Amino acid sequence: MPEVYLDHYAATPVLPEVAEAMRPFLSDEFGNPSSLHSRGDAAREAVDEARERVASLIGADPEEIIFTSGGTEANNTAVKGIAWMSRRKGNHVVVSSIEHFSVLHAARTLEKFDFELSEVGVDSTAMVDPDDVRGSIRDDTVLVSVMAANGEVGTVQRIAEIAAIAREKKVLFHTDAVAAAGYIPLDVNSLGVDAMSIASDMLYGPKGVGALWLRKGVRLMPLLDGGIQEGGRRGGTENVPGIVGMGKAAELASGDLASRAAKLTGMRDKLISGLMSAIPRLRLTGHPTERLPWNASFVVEFIEGESMLLFLDQKGISVSSGSACTSRALKGSHVLVACEVPAEIASGSLLFSLGIENTPQDIDYVVETLPPIVDRLRQMSPLYAKYLKEGGG
Amino acid sequence: MEHFMNPRNVGEIEDADGIGEVGNPVCGDMMTFYIKVDDGRLSDVKFKTFGCGAAIAVSSMVSEMALGKTLDEALKISREDVAEQLGGLPKQKMHCSNLGADALHKAIQDYQAKQKEEEAQNG
Repeated sequence: MPEVYLDHYAATPVLPEVAEAMRPFLSDEFGNPSSLHSRGDAAREAVDEARERVASLIGADPEEIIFTSGGTEANNTAVKGIAWMSRRKGNHVVVSSIEHFSVLHAARTLEKFDFELSEVGVDSTAMVDPDDVRGSIRDDTVLVSVMAANGEVGTVQRIAEIAAIAREKKVLFHTDAVAAAGYIPLDVNSLGVDAMSIASDMLYGPKGVGALWLRKGVRLMPLLDGGIQEGGRRGGTENVPGIVGMGKAAELASGDLASRAAKLTGMRDKLISGLMSAIPRLRLTGHPTERLPWNASFVVEFIEGESMLLFLDQKGISVSSGSACTSRALKGSHVLVACEVPAEIASGSLLFSLGIENTPQDIDYVVETLPPIVDRLRQMSPLYAKYLKEGGG
Repeated sequence: MEHFMNPRNVGEIEDADGIGEVGNPVCGDMMTFYIKVDDGRLSDVKFKTFGCGAAIAVSSMVSEMALGKTLDEALKISREDVAEQLGGLPKQKMHCSNLGADALHKAIQDYQAKQKEEEAQNG
């Protein structure tokens, strides 16, 4: 049975070159970058090299890179750290309603500490209208945070336009680029943003490491106080093997960005058109064209996502559903809710996140395997029975 | 897993003696049970389910457990019995086993209510 992994939004395999680059720092090169002796020097040089490689992926100055424990910490640091530091200027923050929870919940935490929050909605394709952001900015707004692209439905946002509005209004602008970095070209200067989060584990690097890019001059209250690591903006001894791995992963992603994107886009479109023509009452979620190269997300009407996921797993295909049953709260995805997908349809969500090791044969296998599973589950579904009785199909 | 991959008794009964529907698609799970009653025993049990893997397995198990039982015996099938028969369910999936037993009980109650109505009309 073929093994087809299509859940790269959850985890990407660590590339062999990346693991190789990390290896010495897991054994012989154990030095602390802050130490003044030669073992410390070796570690510091490795971290500095990684900093240059990560900076280069997003067109940034290496000094402006703060290594973190991942995308979640980068987002929390940006949202809470910038807002707290700007508290004297104002207490209002603007985010989109489809942000990752590490932005959305960080912003809601600020609300408990004397901040006010505006959540900007999206259209049915999960696109934020820059004019809505403009309309939400007030005199006391200190930070706007809108993601570069949404990982769950793939929509790529109009970040340059939103950044221009924030700049015009003299408000700092952060973008969560965890799902986007390495897949679409991102240049912090041409985009005009002030802060950007990225994560290693979306780039075929190790888990537990990410980075926040912060434009020179933007002040931040650290989330983790400690020593003067990362320019005093993130205390704690550096995760040297992780940082080295992220550096290597970023270097590979920079070099291959165009070819990776082209390959993924080709497979993505093959998967979308294959499934759309094979399965009736299937809807593509997110934007039809402005979408991440790796993302093919759907809702399948009349059936539930997790049962599809489990049947696909039995056939060697790994995907995610992100639907109601996976959460104890029995709530549909906040992203699909924001796109106004009705709750009973949103629970039939299926997310295929493609990776560079996938092949067109993998896509063929999915296109041939999923339709009979959908058929079978629909035969079991009282909603499908109702739909047929009401003259559908 | 077997009851999920190869669920038993999927379907509807056209002239069912009792129908029980529980849950709704908005909260993620929905089950409909159909029963035929012969001589005080469940002679046929069928179901349709919209829900996660556990919901499907639970529906299948409940239908197997109920088939051939008297109404009183079937009403005694508890949520815990179903989970136990399936070899245990994760905590967050227990509501699925609740739904299965509830839907069966509702179908029996539906049958009993209809019987009473008939008796009242005939009486």
